Amino acid sequence: MLKNNDLYRFVVSRQFNGIKGLVFILFLFLITTSVGWPKEAIPVAEDPVIEKRMLALTMDLRCLVCQNESIADSRADFSNDIRREIREQIKANKTDQEIVQFLVDRYGDFVLYNPPIKPTTILLWFGPVILFIIGLGSLIVYLRRRRVQIEDVSLSQVQLERAEALLNENKKGKNV
Amino acid sequence: MMRYLIPLVAFIVLAAFLLVGLTLNPRQVPSPLIDKPAPIFQLNHLHEPDRLMASKDNLGKVWMLNVWASWCVACRDEHPLLVQLANSGIVPIYGLNYKDERTTALQWLKRYGDPYTISIVDSDGRVGIDYGVYGVPETYVIDKKGIIRHKQIGPVTVDSLQKTIIPLIIELQKQA
Repeated sequence: MLKNNDLYRFVVSRQFNGIKGLVFILFLFLITTSVGWPKEAIPVAEDPVIEKRMLALTMDLRCLVCQNESIADSRADFSNDIRREIREQIKANKTDQEIVQFLVDRYGDFVLYNPPIKPTTILLWFGPVILFIIGLGSLIVYLRRRRVQIEDVSLSQVQLERAEALLNENKKGKNV
Repeated sequence: MMRYLIPLVAFIVLAAFLLVGLTLNPRQVPSPLIDKPAPIFQLNHLHEPDRLMASKDNLGKVWMLNVWASWCVACRDEHPLLVQLANSGIVPIYGLNYKDERTTALQWLKRYGDPYTISIVDSDGRVGIDYGVYGVPETYVIDKKGIIRHKQIGPVTVDSLQKTIIPLIIELQKQA
């Protein structure tokens, strides 16, 4: 192996120039960086089928520690444990519903990103629709009122003549 | 007049909702386990690892289950209160040492005092999942029939002890 000093001496020596030098630098890059080349990520669980089902399930589950993340996305310890639990339950041939029910029994509907429609969740489910209807309603009322307000009011003959006179006056003023 | 009144009322309603929202704590997820039987467990003691404690051993008395860990900073805040409560003899406190290392847990108890009648070890957090634990410390009040009556998420405070937990325990102790 070349020591750093040797390398430096070699690089600054006159042997090292032109295309040859460039190729050498590229070669150096190649051998030094190859050590750190990324490897394929090692799958956490051995069974890809279980992993796929687990991911599909946890996508719709809320991590209670970092509440805006799904359990699938979260790196919190809590989510790790839940993922482990779900993997084990899948291995034990539990259905998806059973697994979700298991978590709801312990953590409540709050773990679900798709909570069931119940008296406590009615506002959550239909609140946006209600707000939208209110918004749409007020918009319609507003537009109707405005249409009445901006309806053309025909001018009387006298008013027309006056307007024309004013406009002409303006023009004259500018010409002067 | 109505022109100004309607937006004003809408604003006040919105502001009221937001104001209430500010006082709510999204981390306090109501537990579905309240008034349900406490999940059963059988776990090793922390001090004497070859001894087991089962949840059914506590049937017939009101007890508190405090989930703690030596890595949990907030546990240190509530700890003096727990020591005080244990010394008062009002209620036995059982400690669930959650996802911790035995030696550090023992050191921690030596340093900050040991309020627990028995500390049991949940090293991989499975019992924690059964109890819906997601943020240590958590404290459960369990009645004579083994029903969970209260869950405190986060550290117990003087306020929560005086206003909720101790009155509840005294009430529960009166029941047959």
